[in-house]
Amino acid sequence: MEEEKQTMPTYFEAKQLVTPGELLAEGEYHAGENTYVETGKIFASRIGLVDLDNKKVNVVALRAFYMPKVGDVIIGSVKEVGFNGWTIDIKAPYDALLRASDVLSRPFKPQNDELCQVLDQGDLIVAKIASYDRAHDPQLTVGEPGLGKITRGQLMQVTPTKIPRVIGRKGSMISMIKQETNCQIILGVNGLILVTGKDQENEDLAMKAIRKIEEESHTTGLTDRITQLLKEEKAKREEQKQ
Amino acid sequence: MSEKHEKLINKKGIRLDGRKADELRPLKLEVGVIPSADGSAYIEHGKNKILVGVFGPREVHPKHLSRPDRMVLKCRYHMAPFSVQERKSPAPSRREIELSKVIRESLEPALFLELYPRTGVDVFVEVLQADGGTRCASITAAALALADSGLPMRDLVVACAAGKVEDSIVLDLYDAEDKLGDADVPVAYMPNLNAVTLLQMDGILSPEEFEKAVNMAMDGCKQIYPLQKEALKTKYLKVKEETKDEEIEE
Repeated sequence: MEEEKQTMPTYFEAKQLVTPGELLAEGEYHAGENTYVETGKIFASRIGLVDLDNKKVNVVALRAFYMPKVGDVIIGSVKEVGFNGWTIDIKAPYDALLRASDVLSRPFKPQNDELCQVLDQGDLIVAKIASYDRAHDPQLTVGEPGLGKITRGQLMQVTPTKIPRVIGRKGSMISMIKQETNCQIILGVNGLILVTGKDQENEDLAMKAIRKIEEESHTTGLTDRITQLLKEEKAKREEQKQ
Repeated sequence: MSEKHEKLINKKGIRLDGRKADELRPLKLEVGVIPSADGSAYIEHGKNKILVGVFGPREVHPKHLSRPDRMVLKCRYHMAPFSVQERKSPAPSRREIELSKVIRESLEPALFLELYPRTGVDVFVEVLQADGGTRCASITAAALALADSGLPMRDLVVACAAGKVEDSIVLDLYDAEDKLGDADVPVAYMPNLNAVTLLQMDGILSPEEFEKAVNMAMDGCKQIYPLQKEALKTKYLKVKEETKDEEIEE
Protein backbone atom coordinates (compact mmCIF):
# COMPACT_ATOMS: atom_id res chain seq x y z
CA MET A 1 0.00 0.00 0.00
CA GLU A 2 2.74 2.39 0.98
CA GLU A 3 4.72 1.60 -2.11
CA GLU A 4 1.74 2.44 -4.21
CA LYS A 5 1.48 5.79 -2.50
CA GLN A 6 5.07 6.59 -3.25
CA THR A 7 4.76 5.97 -6.95
CA MET A 8 1.37 7.63 -7.29
CA PRO A 9 1.21 10.63 -5.03
CA THR A 10 -1.81 12.86 -4.55
CA TYR A 11 -1.47 16.31 -3.09
CA PHE A 12 -4.84 16.88 -1.50
CA GLU A 13 -7.13 15.78 1.28
CA ALA A 14 -10.68 14.72 0.50
CA LYS A 15 -13.09 17.66 0.12
CA GLN A 16 -10.26 20.17 0.21
CA LEU A 17 -10.94 23.60 -1.28
CA VAL A 18 -8.62 24.14 -4.25
CA THR A 19 -7.96 27.07 -6.58
CA PRO A 20 -7.18 26.97 -10.32
CA GLY A 21 -3.65 25.77 -10.98
CA GLU A 22 -3.27 23.75 -7.81
CA LEU A 23 -1.37 20.48 -8.33
CA LEU A 24 -3.66 17.58 -7.46
CA ALA A 25 -2.01 14.33 -8.45
CA GLU A 26 0.77 12.65 -10.37
CA GLY A 27 1.02 9.25 -11.96
CA GLU A 28 -1.74 6.82 -12.87
CA TYR A 29 -4.71 8.97 -12.06
CA HIS A 30 -7.35 10.14 -14.48
CA ALA A 31 -8.23 13.78 -14.85
CA GLY A 32 -11.93 14.17 -14.07
CA GLU A 33 -14.18 17.19 -14.09
CA ASN A 34 -12.66 20.64 -13.80
CA THR A 35 -9.09 19.40 -14.00
CA TYR A 36 -6.49 19.26 -16.72
CA VAL A 37 -3.26 17.40 -17.43
CA GLU A 38 0.06 19.00 -18.19
CA THR A 39 3.28 16.98 -18.43
CA GLY A 40 1.65 14.02 -16.69
CA LYS A 41 0.45 16.01 -13.72
CA ILE A 42 -3.15 16.78 -12.86
CA PHE A 43 -4.07 20.34 -11.93
CA ALA A 44 -7.34 21.95 -10.88
CA SER A 45 -8.88 24.36 -13.38
CA ARG A 46 -11.69 25.80 -11.24
CA ILE A 47 -12.25 26.74 -7.63
CA GLY A 48 -13.96 23.82 -5.93
CA LEU A 49 -13.74 20.80 -3.70
CA VAL A 50 -11.54 17.85 -4.74
CA ASP A 51 -12.69 14.29 -4.63
CA LEU A 52 -11.00 11.04 -5.57
CA ASP A 53 -13.38 8.59 -7.20
CA ASN A 54 -11.62 5.33 -8.04
CA LYS A 55 -8.42 6.84 -9.48
CA LYS A 56 -10.37 9.67 -11.07
CA VAL A 57 -9.63 13.09 -9.66
CA ASN A 58 -12.69 15.35 -9.75
CA VAL A 59 -13.15 18.94 -8.68
CA VAL A 60 -16.72 19.82 -7.75
CA ALA A 61 -16.79 23.41 -8.94
CA LEU A 62 -18.20 26.07 -6.66
CA ARG A 63 -18.55 28.46 -9.55
CA ALA A 64 -19.24 27.51 -13.16
CA PHE A 65 -21.64 28.28 -15.99
CA TYR A 66 -23.90 26.02 -18.01
CA MET A 67 -22.57 24.43 -21.20
CA PRO A 68 -25.24 22.97 -23.52
CA LYS A 69 -25.39 19.21 -23.99
CA VAL A 70 -27.68 17.31 -26.34
CA GLY A 71 -30.64 15.86 -24.44
CA ASP A 72 -30.55 18.32 -21.53
CA VAL A 73 -33.89 19.71 -20.39
CA ILE A 74 -33.47 23.42 -19.78
CA ILE A 75 -35.56 26.47 -18.98
CA GLY A 76 -35.06 29.54 -21.15
CA SER A 77 -36.64 32.86 -21.95
CA VAL A 78 -37.47 34.24 -25.38
CA LYS A 79 -34.88 36.85 -26.24
CA GLU A 80 -35.94 37.70 -29.76
CA VAL A 81 -38.76 36.79 -32.16
CA GLY A 82 -37.30 36.14 -35.59
CA PHE A 83 -38.69 35.41 -39.04
CA ASN A 84 -38.99 31.66 -38.70
CA GLY A 85 -38.17 31.03 -35.07
CA TRP A 86 -37.08 32.40 -31.75
CA THR A 87 -33.77 33.17 -30.09
CA ILE A 88 -33.80 31.78 -26.56
CA ASP A 89 -31.62 32.87 -23.67
CA ILE A 90 -30.58 29.68 -21.87
CA LYS A 91 -28.03 31.20 -19.46
CA ALA A 92 -25.14 29.68 -21.41
CA PRO A 93 -22.33 31.19 -23.50
CA TYR A 94 -24.49 30.56 -26.57
CA ASP A 95 -28.03 31.63 -27.42
CA ALA A 96 -30.30 28.79 -28.47
CA LEU A 97 -32.58 28.65 -31.49
CA LEU A 98 -36.14 27.34 -31.52
CA ARG A 99 -37.70 26.86 -34.93
CA ALA A 100 -41.29 27.80 -35.60
CA SER A 101 -42.08 24.52 -37.35
CA ASP A 102 -41.04 22.67 -34.21
CA VAL A 103 -43.52 24.54 -32.04
CA LEU A 104 -46.43 24.60 -34.49
CA SER A 105 -46.04 20.89 -35.38
CA ARG A 106 -47.19 21.71 -38.91
CA PRO A 107 -45.51 23.44 -41.84
CA PHE A 108 -44.84 27.06 -40.98
CA LYS A 109 -46.08 29.73 -43.36
CA PRO A 110 -44.95 33.26 -42.62
CA GLN A 111 -48.07 34.76 -44.20
CA ASN A 112 -50.50 32.81 -41.98
CA ASP A 113 -48.78 32.63 -38.62
CA GLU A 114 -47.86 35.49 -36.36
CA LEU A 115 -44.94 34.18 -34.32
CA CYS A 116 -45.28 36.58 -31.41
CA GLN A 117 -48.79 35.26 -30.76
CA VAL A 118 -47.31 31.85 -30.10
CA LEU A 119 -44.31 32.93 -28.04
CA ASP A 120 -43.47 36.54 -27.30
CA GLN A 121 -40.37 38.21 -25.96
CA GLY A 122 -39.89 37.36 -22.29
CA ASP A 123 -41.99 34.19 -22.38
CA LEU A 124 -40.48 31.26 -20.53
CA ILE A 125 -40.24 27.78 -22.00
CA VAL A 126 -39.15 24.34 -20.94
CA ALA A 127 -37.23 22.77 -23.81
CA LYS A 128 -34.81 20.04 -24.68
CA ILE A 129 -31.53 20.57 -26.50
CA ALA A 130 -31.94 18.80 -29.84
CA SER A 131 -28.54 19.48 -31.34
CA TYR A 132 -25.38 21.31 -30.45
CA ASP A 133 -21.72 21.23 -31.43
CA ARG A 134 -18.73 23.55 -31.43
CA ALA A 135 -19.64 25.09 -34.75
CA HIS A 136 -23.38 25.61 -34.28
CA ASP A 137 -25.57 27.26 -31.70
CA PRO A 138 -27.74 24.87 -29.71
CA GLN A 139 -31.09 24.04 -31.26
CA LEU A 140 -34.11 23.42 -29.04
CA THR A 141 -37.21 21.29 -29.34
CA VAL A 142 -40.49 21.37 -27.45
CA GLY A 143 -42.02 18.40 -29.23
CA GLU A 144 -42.13 16.08 -26.25
CA PRO A 145 -44.54 15.73 -23.33
CA GLY A 146 -43.77 18.09 -20.47
CA LEU A 147 -42.03 20.61 -22.69
CA GLY A 148 -43.37 23.94 -23.92
CA LYS A 149 -44.47 27.33 -22.69
CA ILE A 150 -44.59 27.98 -18.95
CA THR A 151 -47.91 29.47 -17.90
CA ARG A 152 -47.75 29.41 -14.12
CA GLY A 153 -45.41 28.86 -11.20
CA GLN A 154 -42.37 30.56 -9.77
CA LEU A 155 -38.89 30.64 -11.24
CA MET A 156 -35.63 30.56 -9.33
CA GLN A 157 -31.99 30.37 -10.30
CA VAL A 158 -29.18 28.36 -8.72
CA THR A 159 -25.58 27.73 -9.77
CA PRO A 160 -25.80 25.04 -12.49
CA THR A 161 -23.24 22.87 -10.66
CA LYS A 162 -25.66 22.56 -7.74
CA ILE A 163 -28.45 20.94 -9.79
CA PRO A 164 -27.22 17.35 -9.12
CA ARG A 165 -27.43 18.07 -5.39
CA VAL A 166 -31.00 19.32 -5.75
CA ILE A 167 -31.86 16.07 -7.52
CA GLY A 168 -30.09 13.96 -4.89
CA ARG A 169 -28.99 10.37 -5.11
CA LYS A 170 -31.30 8.63 -7.59
CA GLY A 171 -33.67 11.58 -7.31
CA SER A 172 -34.21 11.12 -3.58
CA MET A 173 -33.97 14.80 -2.68
CA ILE A 174 -36.25 16.19 -5.34
CA SER A 175 -38.94 13.53 -4.95
CA MET A 176 -38.94 14.15 -1.21
CA ILE A 177 -39.46 17.89 -1.71
CA LYS A 178 -42.18 17.27 -4.26
CA GLN A 179 -43.96 14.95 -1.88
CA GLU A 180 -43.66 17.16 1.18
CA THR A 181 -44.76 20.38 -0.53
CA ASN A 182 -47.20 18.98 -3.09
CA CYS A 183 -45.44 21.01 -5.75
CA GLN A 184 -44.47 20.18 -9.27
CA ILE A 185 -40.81 21.03 -9.78
CA ILE A 186 -39.06 21.24 -13.13
CA LEU A 187 -35.27 21.41 -12.94
CA GLY A 188 -33.52 23.06 -15.84
CA VAL A 189 -29.98 21.70 -16.09
CA ASN A 190 -28.91 25.28 -16.83
CA GLY A 191 -29.66 26.29 -13.23
CA LEU A 192 -33.23 27.56 -13.61
CA ILE A 193 -35.90 25.84 -11.55
CA LEU A 194 -39.66 26.11 -11.99
CA VAL A 195 -41.82 25.47 -8.95
CA THR A 196 -45.58 25.07 -9.47
CA GLY A 197 -47.85 24.37 -6.55
CA LYS A 198 -51.50 24.65 -5.57
CA ASP A 199 -50.85 27.86 -3.65
CA GLN A 200 -48.02 30.27 -3.05
CA GLU A 201 -47.33 28.94 0.44
CA ASN A 202 -46.27 25.57 -0.84
CA GLU A 203 -44.22 27.10 -3.63
CA ASP A 204 -42.39 29.34 -1.15
CA LEU A 205 -41.67 26.36 1.05
CA ALA A 206 -40.22 24.34 -1.81
CA MET A 207 -38.11 27.31 -2.90
CA LYS A 208 -36.83 27.79 0.63
CA ALA A 209 -35.74 24.16 0.72
CA ILE A 210 -33.95 24.47 -2.63
CA ARG A 211 -32.17 27.64 -1.47
CA LYS A 212 -30.95 25.76 1.58
CA ILE A 213 -29.65 22.95 -0.61
CA GLU A 214 -27.75 25.45 -2.74
CA GLU A 215 -26.12 27.03 0.29
CA GLU A 216 -25.20 23.78 2.01
CA SER A 217 -24.61 21.60 -1.03
CA HIS A 218 -21.22 20.37 0.19
CA THR A 219 -22.35 19.13 3.62
CA THR A 220 -23.36 15.57 4.44
CA GLY A 221 -26.74 14.36 5.65
CA LEU A 222 -28.46 17.10 3.72
CA THR A 223 -31.57 15.13 2.75
CA ASP A 224 -32.37 14.49 6.41
CA ARG A 225 -31.94 18.11 7.33
CA ILE A 226 -34.12 19.28 4.46
CA THR A 227 -36.83 16.79 5.48
CA GLN A 228 -36.64 18.16 8.99
CA LEU A 229 -36.83 21.75 7.74
CA LEU A 230 -39.91 21.04 5.67
CA LYS A 231 -41.66 19.23 8.52
CA GLU A 232 -40.89 22.03 10.97
CA GLU A 233 -42.14 24.68 8.59
CA LYS A 234 -45.33 22.76 7.96
CA ALA A 235 -45.92 22.31 11.67
CA LYS A 236 -45.44 26.04 12.18
CA ARG A 237 -48.02 26.75 9.54
CA GLU A 238 -50.54 24.39 11.10
CA GLU A 239 -50.13 26.20 14.40
CA GLN A 240 -50.71 29.56 12.80
CA LYS A 241 -53.87 28.37 11.13
CA GLN A 242 -55.30 27.18 14.42
CA MET B 1 16.26 66.98 -9.43
CA SER B 2 19.61 65.53 -8.35
CA GLU B 3 18.76 66.32 -4.73
CA LYS B 4 15.55 64.35 -4.96
CA HIS B 5 17.49 61.52 -6.51
CA GLU B 6 19.74 61.17 -3.50
CA LYS B 7 16.76 60.95 -1.22
CA LEU B 8 15.04 57.99 -2.92
CA ILE B 9 17.11 55.48 -0.97
CA ASN B 10 18.93 56.50 2.21
CA LYS B 11 22.30 55.26 3.49
CA LYS B 12 20.72 52.36 5.38
CA GLY B 13 19.10 51.13 2.17
CA ILE B 14 15.64 52.25 3.25
CA ARG B 15 13.42 53.71 0.52
CA LEU B 16 11.41 56.93 0.68
CA ASP B 17 8.24 55.12 1.77
CA GLY B 18 10.12 53.20 4.46
CA ARG B 19 10.52 49.89 2.63
CA LYS B 20 13.62 47.76 2.22
CA ALA B 21 14.90 46.99 -1.30
CA ASP B 22 13.10 43.64 -1.55
CA GLU B 23 9.93 44.57 0.29
CA LEU B 24 6.44 44.71 -1.25
CA ARG B 25 3.87 47.37 -0.53
CA PRO B 26 0.96 46.32 1.71
CA LEU B 27 -1.56 44.30 -0.26
CA LYS B 28 -5.30 43.79 0.14
CA LEU B 29 -7.36 41.58 -2.16
CA GLU B 30 -11.09 40.95 -2.27
CA VAL B 31 -13.16 38.73 -4.56
CA GLY B 32 -16.80 39.03 -5.60
CA VAL B 33 -17.26 42.73 -4.97
CA ILE B 34 -19.62 43.37 -7.92
CA PRO B 35 -22.73 41.14 -7.63
CA SER B 36 -24.03 42.01 -11.10
CA ALA B 37 -20.81 40.90 -12.82
CA ASP B 38 -20.05 37.24 -13.48
CA GLY B 39 -16.77 37.64 -11.66
CA SER B 40 -15.06 40.53 -9.90
CA ALA B 41 -12.12 41.47 -7.73
CA TYR B 42 -10.71 44.48 -5.95
CA ILE B 43 -7.07 45.12 -5.15
CA GLU B 44 -5.31 47.65 -2.98
CA HIS B 45 -1.61 47.52 -3.70
CA GLY B 46 0.05 50.28 -1.71
CA LYS B 47 -1.86 53.35 -2.82
CA ASN B 48 -3.17 51.67 -5.97
CA LYS B 49 -6.88 50.94 -5.88
CA ILE B 50 -8.22 48.88 -8.76
CA LEU B 51 -11.60 47.31 -9.47
CA VAL B 52 -12.00 44.51 -12.03
CA GLY B 53 -15.24 43.13 -13.45
CA VAL B 54 -15.55 40.09 -15.74
CA PHE B 55 -18.52 39.29 -17.99
CA GLY B 56 -18.98 36.13 -19.99
CA PRO B 57 -18.37 33.88 -21.78
CA ARG B 58 -21.12 35.34 -23.92
CA GLU B 59 -21.89 36.13 -27.55
CA VAL B 60 -19.50 38.60 -29.08
CA HIS B 61 -20.71 41.95 -30.36
CA PRO B 62 -20.04 43.05 -33.05
CA LYS B 63 -20.28 39.54 -34.43
CA HIS B 64 -17.34 39.75 -36.86
CA LEU B 65 -14.94 39.89 -33.90
CA SER B 66 -15.83 36.35 -32.85
CA ARG B 67 -13.49 33.50 -33.84
CA PRO B 68 -14.82 30.15 -35.06
CA ASP B 69 -12.07 28.21 -33.29
CA ARG B 70 -11.71 29.98 -29.97
CA MET B 71 -13.00 32.41 -27.40
CA VAL B 72 -11.90 36.03 -27.61
CA LEU B 73 -10.70 37.85 -24.53
CA LYS B 74 -11.47 41.55 -24.54
CA CYS B 75 -9.76 43.75 -22.04
CA ARG B 76 -10.29 47.37 -21.16
CA TYR B 77 -7.87 49.10 -18.85
CA HIS B 78 -9.15 52.50 -17.83
CA MET B 79 -7.99 55.12 -15.38
CA ALA B 80 -10.63 57.17 -13.64
CA PRO B 81 -10.23 60.94 -14.14
CA PHE B 82 -9.65 61.27 -10.38
CA SER B 83 -7.09 58.46 -10.16
CA VAL B 84 -4.09 60.78 -10.47
CA GLN B 85 -3.14 64.25 -9.18
CA GLU B 86 -3.70 66.03 -12.48
CA ARG B 87 -7.14 65.19 -13.95
CA LYS B 88 -6.80 62.44 -16.52
CA SER B 89 -9.02 62.72 -19.55
CA PRO B 90 -11.53 59.87 -19.46
CA ALA B 91 -10.94 59.12 -23.15
CA PRO B 92 -8.67 56.11 -23.70
CA SER B 93 -5.10 57.31 -24.08
CA ARG B 94 -2.28 55.68 -26.03
CA ARG B 95 -0.93 54.26 -22.79
CA GLU B 96 -4.27 52.78 -21.74
CA ILE B 97 -4.74 51.08 -25.10
CA GLU B 98 -1.31 49.55 -24.79
CA LEU B 99 -1.92 48.39 -21.22
CA SER B 100 -5.24 46.84 -22.27
CA LYS B 101 -3.37 44.78 -24.83
CA VAL B 102 -0.57 43.88 -22.44
CA ILE B 103 -3.00 42.77 -19.72
CA ARG B 104 -5.02 40.75 -22.22
CA GLU B 105 -1.94 38.97 -23.52
CA SER B 106 -0.69 38.18 -20.04
CA LEU B 107 -4.02 36.58 -19.11
CA GLU B 108 -4.66 34.62 -22.31
CA PRO B 109 -2.13 31.82 -21.62
CA ALA B 110 -3.98 31.04 -18.37
CA LEU B 111 -7.29 30.41 -20.13
CA PHE B 112 -8.56 27.50 -22.21
CA LEU B 113 -9.62 29.71 -25.12
CA GLU B 114 -10.20 26.76 -27.45
CA LEU B 115 -12.96 25.33 -25.23
CA TYR B 116 -15.50 28.03 -25.96
CA PRO B 117 -15.41 28.92 -29.66
CA ARG B 118 -17.43 31.88 -30.97
CA THR B 119 -17.77 33.44 -27.52
CA GLY B 120 -16.12 36.35 -25.80
CA VAL B 121 -15.16 37.37 -22.29
CA ASP B 122 -14.93 41.00 -21.26
CA VAL B 123 -12.51 42.13 -18.59
CA PHE B 124 -13.01 45.66 -17.34
CA VAL B 125 -10.17 47.11 -15.30
CA GLU B 126 -10.97 50.39 -13.60
CA VAL B 127 -8.12 52.17 -11.84
CA LEU B 128 -9.61 54.28 -9.04
CA GLN B 129 -6.32 55.48 -7.64
CA ALA B 130 -2.90 55.05 -9.22
CA ASP B 131 0.53 55.07 -7.61
CA GLY B 132 2.85 53.18 -9.92
CA GLY B 133 2.70 49.52 -10.88
CA THR B 134 -0.97 49.56 -11.89
CA ARG B 135 -0.48 47.13 -14.75
CA CYS B 136 0.83 44.50 -12.37
CA ALA B 137 -1.88 45.08 -9.79
CA SER B 138 -4.47 44.97 -12.60
CA ILE B 139 -3.23 41.58 -13.83
CA THR B 140 -3.27 40.13 -10.32
CA ALA B 141 -6.84 41.34 -9.76
CA ALA B 142 -8.05 40.40 -13.25
CA ALA B 143 -6.84 36.81 -12.81
CA LEU B 144 -8.83 36.61 -9.58
CA ALA B 145 -11.93 38.03 -11.23
CA LEU B 146 -11.64 35.49 -14.06
CA ALA B 147 -11.35 32.61 -11.57
CA ASP B 148 -14.36 34.00 -9.71
CA SER B 149 -16.42 34.05 -12.91
CA GLY B 150 -16.16 30.25 -13.11
CA LEU B 151 -13.99 30.19 -16.22
CA PRO B 152 -11.56 27.25 -16.18
CA MET B 153 -7.96 28.39 -15.82
CA ARG B 154 -4.55 26.75 -16.05
CA ASP B 155 -3.31 28.85 -13.16
CA LEU B 156 -3.80 32.21 -11.54
CA VAL B 157 -1.60 34.94 -12.99
CA VAL B 158 0.38 37.06 -10.56
CA ALA B 159 2.29 40.15 -11.53
CA CYS B 160 4.90 42.26 -9.83
CA ALA B 161 7.57 44.75 -10.93
CA ALA B 162 11.18 45.31 -10.03
CA GLY B 163 13.44 48.11 -11.16
CA LYS B 164 16.57 50.11 -10.73
CA VAL B 165 16.59 53.11 -8.47
CA GLU B 166 19.84 54.93 -7.70
CA ASP B 167 22.07 52.04 -8.77
CA SER B 168 20.30 49.39 -6.74
CA ILE B 169 17.68 46.88 -7.82
CA VAL B 170 14.45 47.24 -5.85
CA LEU B 171 11.11 45.44 -5.77
CA ASP B 172 7.66 46.87 -6.49
CA LEU B 173 8.35 50.46 -7.55
CA TYR B 174 5.86 53.13 -6.62
CA ASP B 175 5.12 56.31 -8.56
CA ALA B 176 8.11 58.46 -7.52
CA GLU B 177 10.61 55.63 -8.00
CA ASP B 178 9.09 54.79 -11.34
CA LYS B 179 9.43 58.37 -12.58
CA LEU B 180 12.84 59.20 -11.11
CA GLY B 181 14.39 55.75 -11.24
CA ASP B 182 16.43 54.29 -14.09
CA ALA B 183 14.44 51.21 -15.07
CA ASP B 184 11.22 49.29 -14.45
CA VAL B 185 10.69 45.59 -15.21
CA PRO B 186 7.11 44.33 -14.82
CA VAL B 187 6.74 40.55 -14.79
CA ALA B 188 3.55 38.47 -14.87
CA TYR B 189 3.93 34.88 -13.84
CA MET B 190 2.00 31.63 -13.38
CA PRO B 191 3.62 30.13 -10.26
CA ASN B 192 2.39 26.52 -10.55
CA LEU B 193 3.40 26.18 -14.17
CA ASN B 194 6.53 28.29 -13.68
CA ALA B 195 5.68 30.28 -16.80
CA VAL B 196 6.19 33.97 -17.46
CA THR B 197 3.32 35.59 -19.38
CA LEU B 198 4.50 39.20 -19.37
CA LEU B 199 7.97 40.65 -19.40
CA GLN B 200 8.59 44.28 -20.19
CA MET B 201 11.41 46.68 -19.56
CA ASP B 202 11.41 50.44 -19.50
CA GLY B 203 14.85 52.04 -19.05
CA ILE B 204 18.41 50.82 -19.22
CA LEU B 205 19.84 47.85 -17.36
CA SER B 206 22.99 45.77 -17.76
CA PRO B 207 22.41 42.04 -18.44
CA GLU B 208 23.35 41.24 -14.83
CA GLU B 209 21.02 43.87 -13.46
CA PHE B 210 18.23 42.67 -15.74
CA GLU B 211 18.58 39.11 -14.49
CA LYS B 212 18.58 40.28 -10.91
CA ALA B 213 15.47 42.41 -11.51
CA VAL B 214 13.56 39.58 -13.20
CA ASN B 215 14.38 37.17 -10.38
CA MET B 216 13.40 39.73 -7.79
CA ALA B 217 10.10 40.41 -9.55
CA MET B 218 9.38 36.68 -9.75
CA ASP B 219 10.09 36.34 -6.04
CA GLY B 220 7.65 39.18 -5.50
CA CYS B 221 5.05 37.28 -7.52
CA LYS B 222 5.60 34.22 -5.35
CA GLN B 223 4.94 36.35 -2.30
CA ILE B 224 1.68 37.72 -3.74
CA TYR B 225 0.39 34.33 -4.96
CA PRO B 226 -0.59 32.94 -1.52
CA LEU B 227 -2.51 36.15 -0.80
CA GLN B 228 -4.28 35.80 -4.14
CA LYS B 229 -5.29 32.20 -3.41
CA GLU B 230 -6.40 33.16 0.05
CA ALA B 231 -8.62 35.94 -1.29
CA LEU B 232 -10.33 33.55 -3.70
CA LYS B 233 -10.86 30.91 -1.03
CA THR B 234 -12.18 33.43 1.49
CA LYS B 235 -15.27 34.17 -0.59
CA TYR B 236 -16.23 30.50 -0.73
CA LEU B 237 -15.12 29.65 2.80
CA LYS B 238 -17.63 32.18 4.08
CA VAL B 239 -20.40 29.98 2.74
CA LYS B 240 -18.88 26.98 4.44
CA GLU B 241 -18.57 28.66 7.82
CA GLU B 242 -22.11 30.01 7.74
CA THR B 243 -23.50 26.53 7.27
CA LYS B 244 -21.34 25.25 10.10
CA ASP B 245 -22.81 27.87 12.44
CA GLU B 246 -26.32 26.85 11.47
CA GLU B 247 -25.58 23.26 12.26
CA ILE B 248 -24.50 24.19 15.76
CA GLU B 249 -27.65 26.20 16.28
CA GLU B 250 -29.75 23.25 15.32
